[in-house]
Amino acid sequence: MSNLPKSLMNKFKAANTKTLKSFWQLLPVLLGVLLLASMMVEIIPALISHGILGKGILQDTILANIIGSASTGQPIVSYVLAGELQKAGIALLPVTVFIISWVTVGIISLPAEAVTLGWRFAIIRNLLAFIMALFLGWITVVSLNAF
Amino acid sequence: MPSEKSSPQKSSPVVQNKTAKKSHGGWWFLFIVIALYFLIGFFNTDFISASLKHFHALVISITPILALVFIIIWLLNLSQGMQDKLAQLADKNSGIKGWLVAVLGGILSHGPVYAWYPLLQKLENQGARPALIASFLYARSIKIPYLPLMVHYFGMSYTVLVTIYIAIFSVLHGWLVEKIIHNYPGTGRPD
Repeated sequence: MSNLPKSLMNKFKAANTKTLKSFWQLLPVLLGVLLLASMMVEIIPALISHGILGKGILQDTILANIIGSASTGQPIVSYVLAGELQKAGIALLPVTVFIISWVTVGIISLPAEAVTLGWRFAIIRNLLAFIMALFLGWITVVSLNAF
Repeated sequence: MPSEKSSPQKSSPVVQNKTAKKSHGGWWFLFIVIALYFLIGFFNTDFISASLKHFHALVISITPILALVFIIIWLLNLSQGMQDKLAQLADKNSGIKGWLVAVLGGILSHGPVYAWYPLLQKLENQGARPALIASFLYARSIKIPYLPLMVHYFGMSYTVLVTIYIAIFSVLHGWLVEKIIHNYPGTGRPD
């Protein structure tokens, strides 16, 4: 009976150490990524307002994919930005690709993903997500026009 | 994370060395980003102060999610049985249940993706399939609480269509990621 609390205490101790160690390892990467993300939040709207987008559907789509991939933050921001882009006359395909790549591709979070899940996994996953954003955007627009 | 990579199947000195390098890499990465802030701040103080305001807001928004993730990992570390169960739901024999857990988990997960990496790494070390981890990450693009805003900007049919396609594509994406990883094995994880 007296052994039970001691063994439980040991279990708690081990779990604490393991979990704290995990978070300590992640801490610098997490802080670095958050600092980079904070910079990107400032840069992206400026790029859009400087008219980098709006130069033909193909160029817009590729640029939207790159900008969406390099962006980070809550998807709600991408909906607002994409909505404003569409209002400004950008076609639905680049707008959709922008929304999709915003969350599915993470260039800023790549170091954190790579440290935790491995570089190979992170690079393959993000490259595929980048390509699939184009396809998903295209299929969405085609489906909308068909129905 | 060395503690997690020193599981029986991954405890070779090579892996441990790599891990040690990785942990230093994290601190170097932070140092470089801070240096970048100082460098840019030297030329543009307004930009850096606005970025730091965003950083402050991000840290505040991420902290509760990290606390939640910390508790989940702590509970997982506490209970080997629970770890085995979750790993079972995402291992090679998990079948359709594993895919459902990955896609639904991704849809229902909240907060920035960084907060979920430690938990995903934990599951990966427990034997979770890369396909299911990739599916989880892809399905995270569906954010139920924000869908009304998407409807407001783009309409109901657009929102429904995009949501359904992302859910389907998350499975395809996960399957493709795993296929490529297995067809072109490299030196990194997972092998």
